[in-house]
Amino acid sequence: MDRTRAPQQDPAAENPEKLAEFEARLGRGETIEPKDWMPERYRKQLVRMMSQHAHSEVVGMLPEGNWITRAPSLRRKLTLLAKVQDEAGHGLYIYCGTETLGVDRSELIGQLLAGKAKYSSIFNYPTLTWADMGAIGWLVDGAAIVNQTVLAKTSYGPYARAMIRICKEENFHKRQGYEIMSTLAAGTPAQQRMAQDALNRWWWPSLMMFGPSDKDSPNTGELLRWRVKRFSNDELRRRFVNLTVPQAKAIGLRIPDPDLKYNAATKDWEFGAIDWEEFFQVIKGNGPCNAERLAARRDAHEQGAWVRAAAEAYAARHSARSAA
Amino acid sequence: MSEVSSSSQWPLWEVFTQPPGGGPHEHAGSVHAPDAELALQNARDTYTRRGEAVSIWVVPSDAIVASSPGDAGPFFEPGNEKPYRHPQFYKVPRGVKVF
Amino acid sequence: MIPPLFEYLVRHGDDRLVLGHRLSEWCGHGPILEEDIAMANISLDLLGQATMFLKLASQVEGQGRDEDTLAFWRDEREFRNVELVELPRGDFGVTMVRQLLFSAFAYHHLEALARSTHTELAGIAAKAHKESRYHLRHAAEWVLRLGDGTEESHARTQAALDQLWPWTGELFFQDDVDRALQAEGAAPDLESLRAPWETMVTEQLVKGTLVMPIAPMRMTGGRTGRHTEHLGHMLAEMQIVARSHPGAKW
Repeated sequence: MDRTRAPQQDPAAENPEKLAEFEARLGRGETIEPKDWMPERYRKQLVRMMSQHAHSEVVGMLPEGNWITRAPSLRRKLTLLAKVQDEAGHGLYIYCGTETLGVDRSELIGQLLAGKAKYSSIFNYPTLTWADMGAIGWLVDGAAIVNQTVLAKTSYGPYARAMIRICKEENFHKRQGYEIMSTLAAGTPAQQRMAQDALNRWWWPSLMMFGPSDKDSPNTGELLRWRVKRFSNDELRRRFVNLTVPQAKAIGLRIPDPDLKYNAATKDWEFGAIDWEEFFQVIKGNGPCNAERLAARRDAHEQGAWVRAAAEAYAARHSARSAA
Repeated sequence: MSEVSSSSQWPLWEVFTQPPGGGPHEHAGSVHAPDAELALQNARDTYTRRGEAVSIWVVPSDAIVASSPGDAGPFFEPGNEKPYRHPQFYKVPRGVKVF
Repeated sequence: MIPPLFEYLVRHGDDRLVLGHRLSEWCGHGPILEEDIAMANISLDLLGQATMFLKLASQVEGQGRDEDTLAFWRDEREFRNVELVELPRGDFGVTMVRQLLFSAFAYHHLEALARSTHTELAGIAAKAHKESRYHLRHAAEWVLRLGDGTEESHARTQAALDQLWPWTGELFFQDDVDRALQAEGAAPDLESLRAPWETMVTEQLVKGTLVMPIAPMRMTGGRTGRHTEHLGHMLAEMQIVARSHPGAKW
């Protein structure tokens, strides 16, 4: 019996005393571990959140993976490959964290490939030029860092620990992207145009990464109460914008928002309206490359089946031999 | 969408890495692997890319025996209440060198 | 006259650049997440080694080219890799069999090259040798599991071996370039590596219940710039962005 994973709980046995104690623990800032009592709803929310995060990392390998074979210098080739490799690792850490809640990775992957699981909508956009590699590292990883630094203090132990490891690794991702952008922005006219074009296409989708405005986000209240989420979507989005606008200015690129203006009183960069219709279309599956992303993952999974099966057959045969 | 074949993702293993400098092995995370050799390699590839380790242990997850939260009281509280196991419990005259 | 050392460095640098590139194609498409990470590691090692070999080559040449100019601005006819490494990655069986065949060669070659009288070359070889030991271990363990796994994996891996074996002769190709360096003790006699290589790979393949092919070696010309049709397509993809922006920095 696996003694490191959460035991199966009878959902009918939601116990008001235990719930009160659980919430008191959270109030004291304690970390919840796999074998601790937890409300079934907390467990479900975490499985949903963590598996979505893991799926995002794995699907997220594809837009950048698209340019590894065309990276224009050896250094860029190596660093891009190392970054995408890290993303595989991040997916792996978080899947393993999710498994502590009593679900198998094969089940989670099955849900993703059957189109039944969500992942970050940003990865349903295509990467059209080399400059997209800069934009993604700078903006998409940049947004992820704002989110993740906060998640490192989330109430569920395995998730928090995975996030600490991820945050350490994520820092080079953003710097790598920003370095690509600044090199392009200081380069030939064609390179400058490429950089500005990439920023124009990735800016708004990056803002949407933080999720709908809090008034339209049904899960937020509960997740905040359980200290799974620590700040609201709007708050994190505000932090990201304030961080990123000066970075764009520093390299001579223009944020594609005619309504962007600085509020000297609040010290915030106020931005224009987000097109949430686009966001919901992409989430629904009608984005520019939802179908292609899933198809690529399905192909890899299906074409890899004989490999996974071979390794298992070999292991079974040889452990049987050594037991005999 | 059609059913996805539920082929296994291989069994789960726990990974412990020892950092350079003589410290103990610490839990780094988990990997999936079909057997011990690939568990070791997967652990090396996943958890030691930044020079974090000089040694790796891998253990099948279901070989781990763990205390349960319900044990916490009887297992650990008594240990918190034995101050005579700590040096500061003992008085030494001023000025005397003990070590 | 092109210095023999330049040619030598480009040959072994190109092997690694091309093979590293082929491996990198797997990223995001591997059979399981752990293997995406593993193959990326091997690819990173090989690309790093390629960078070292090509950097030294450009310095030896002394004409203002650097490792990027060599990688992205040479035409297919100037590439000097063995043809084994430019073949498409195929299925996972092809990839692992090819890795075994190449890494077993690299293991012996680099071990000998680490004793080169050319200090820098010896240094590069010593570092690369450590990496190749791991690549060899990874590929060997996989070939074992694929060969001695299921009926399907066995059939695919045997087919991979049958396809790739005739390309291995080129690993031991030598000409005046090698002989010039051997005269100075700067490089090993590749022929002396053939027997230990063959023993090593045969042992692994047979352990995986695979049958050693008896096919003759193919005519090859990679070491002198005559490649398969695959390389041209690979380079077109690899070089397109760099070549579209002459003079640009990245």
